[in-house]
Amino acid sequence: MSGSGYSSALGLVASVVLLCAVATLWRRSLGAIVRALAVQGLALAGVATVLGIHHHDAGLLVVALLVLTAKAVVIPMLLARVVRGDPGSRETQPLVNVPTSLVAAGVLTFLAFAASRSVTSLVPTTAGRLIPIGLAALLVGFFTLVTRRKAVSQIVGVLLVDNGVALVAFLATAGVPLLVELGASLDVLLAVIVLQVLATQLRSKLGSFDLDQLTELRD
Amino acid sequence: MLVIVLALPIICGLVYVIVPWRRSLGWLATAAASGVLFLGVVLSARVVSGLAITGAGGTLRADALSAFMVVVIGVIAVLATWQGVRYLDGEIAAGRCTRRHAALYGILVQGFLASMLLAVLAANLGVLWVAVEATTVVTTFLVGHRRSRSSLEASWKYIVICSVGIAMAFLGTVLVYLAALHVAGHGPGSLDWTSLVANAHRLDPGVMRLAFALIVLGYGTKVGLAPMHSWLPDAHSQAPAPVSALMSGVLLTVAFYAVLRFKVIADGALGSAFPRTLLVIVSLLSLLIAASLLLTQRDYKRMLAYHSVEHMGLIALGAAAGSPLAIAAVLLHILGHGLAKGVLFLASGEILLTEGTSEIENVPALLSRRPVLGGIFGFGLIALLGFPPFSLFVSELNMLRAEFQVGLGWAATVSLVCMAVIFGAVMSHGRRLLLGQDSGDRPLMTPALVAVPLIGGLVGCAFIGVSAWPLQSLLHAAARIVAP
Repeated sequence: MSGSGYSSALGLVASVVLLCAVATLWRRSLGAIVRALAVQGLALAGVATVLGIHHHDAGLLVVALLVLTAKAVVIPMLLARVVRGDPGSRETQPLVNVPTSLVAAGVLTFLAFAASRSVTSLVPTTAGRLIPIGLAALLVGFFTLVTRRKAVSQIVGVLLVDNGVALVAFLATAGVPLLVELGASLDVLLAVIVLQVLATQLRSKLGSFDLDQLTELRD
Repeated sequence: MLVIVLALPIICGLVYVIVPWRRSLGWLATAAASGVLFLGVVLSARVVSGLAITGAGGTLRADALSAFMVVVIGVIAVLATWQGVRYLDGEIAAGRCTRRHAALYGILVQGFLASMLLAVLAANLGVLWVAVEATTVVTTFLVGHRRSRSSLEASWKYIVICSVGIAMAFLGTVLVYLAALHVAGHGPGSLDWTSLVANAHRLDPGVMRLAFALIVLGYGTKVGLAPMHSWLPDAHSQAPAPVSALMSGVLLTVAFYAVLRFKVIADGALGSAFPRTLLVIVSLLSLLIAASLLLTQRDYKRMLAYHSVEHMGLIALGAAAGSPLAIAAVLLHILGHGLAKGVLFLASGEILLTEGTSEIENVPALLSRRPVLGGIFGFGLIALLGFPPFSLFVSELNMLRAEFQVGLGWAATVSLVCMAVIFGAVMSHGRRLLLGQDSGDRPLMTPALVAVPLIGGLVGCAFIGVSAWPLQSLLHAAARIVAP
């Protein structure tokens, strides 16, 4: 891949990862939020593919396939199942309303650029310059996690944080060793299955399941 | 040999998958845990000289620190699996649990033990992360094993908070990897702890500072250190007693083991000032939170859980001091706390089983109504509060000494004040639970099968408190790894 083609392709897919994170703040329908997560998984696989082609690294292409299966197909399918069990569910009353959330996302992105200076100075490559985008996606995911009240949005928040970390890992080090990557993907997949089962069990106990209903355990 | 240590719980778990559940199978878990403990002792004898042994093509590695942690896991696992049989009996008798459900419990406990053992035996810091994350996944179902509304709620909070925390730890690990690639170039061994320690002084300080902060925050979530401790009282109070014993007694300290491993690298790259400051902050914050929240507890299991936050704070402060004396005391505290807290959680499970409530108010005068169980609980609290002859007395004293030696006297003083407040709070809760108006009924006995392991745990805790043998040389060897 030629130099400029590589850098613009990488910039494009990395930005899509961040945009999908912001989209989860913007959309209220849970179905749309899960779709945004699926697209983010796809973009993340894209990042791994572009890097793999650029570095002629077959291992990274395997990782890309892994990410594609787990994060763009299997996990969104599991979450879509939870959404289907709760038809018409929307994020009606987030703790922070949508316009304010979008402003917050902007501030967080700015913060990510400021915070990652020590890291970007160590990796003066095309990929290294994009590290703040990964950090921003992570922070936006964290914001989703703490301000959204539906069980599915909270699972999506956890996964956004995870994808943000994965993006930083790809950009900074062209991926962690394959063994670690395999273990990490498996762990995430299992965690989502656990969350899905828990959400189903809680819903059968509570009728519908909002996080506001988690009030049994207090000090 | 390292492979065999890991294989024991896995084989036991596989047996549970294949063979239909019956009561006697529960003892197989105790046998596997005893095997792990035995191998941990053999391993300790081999590495006490300062050598490290590797296994599985270099993926596994055990030095004195790992061997010590294997022993800790083995000891608490024996106690917890022994009591696990009783827990399942109670659940099945009460009709809350089917045979399949009991088998699931057995499988998950073995998975839990296997992932903790992998965490302390991993040569590679990435594998360590994978193993710690795996403990979260398996324990979530165990926390929710009763399937009551509150236990499901506790599981939800537990997995959401810990997943985010552990993601931070992964980012920290990635940054360490980045710093290492910059020094040593690409290679599969770049995340190996030994090569990272060898190259520590050349790692980029800016990146390492960010990385270590993320590690302390991330693994700190699993340790139960403030500000990410809020899942702990819920999960530890809702989980079945044997699982609480394992989570509070060993899982917290297995996560702290990860912090210790990274601390060695951070000390090499940054000098000791930055890691020390960070650990002092999280430790004092944890102590203050534990002290303020322990005062108002009405539930004895939550009381024990907040007590774990306190002890993790003390351990973090000891690690902040970082001298060989301090680290040896930290490790002794890890074992002593594991034993005392394990026994207390198991005893509280027995109280819950026989009294049917976890409110302190509703269980008065335990000592006169159930002398053996009340006595175990009372001695457990005494051990946990740091009275001699129990080992927590020795380790707390040595940690304080070490903290004064390295100029952390002010922090040690703050910790002493918090400990005094906690002491008062726990004493008053304990008095309400144990003493009080005798109803005049005949005292009820506790089955010997239940009492023996608990008393054994307390005797062990007292034994390592008064005798330097057999642990001292192992503790010194392990402390030299963290504080050369």
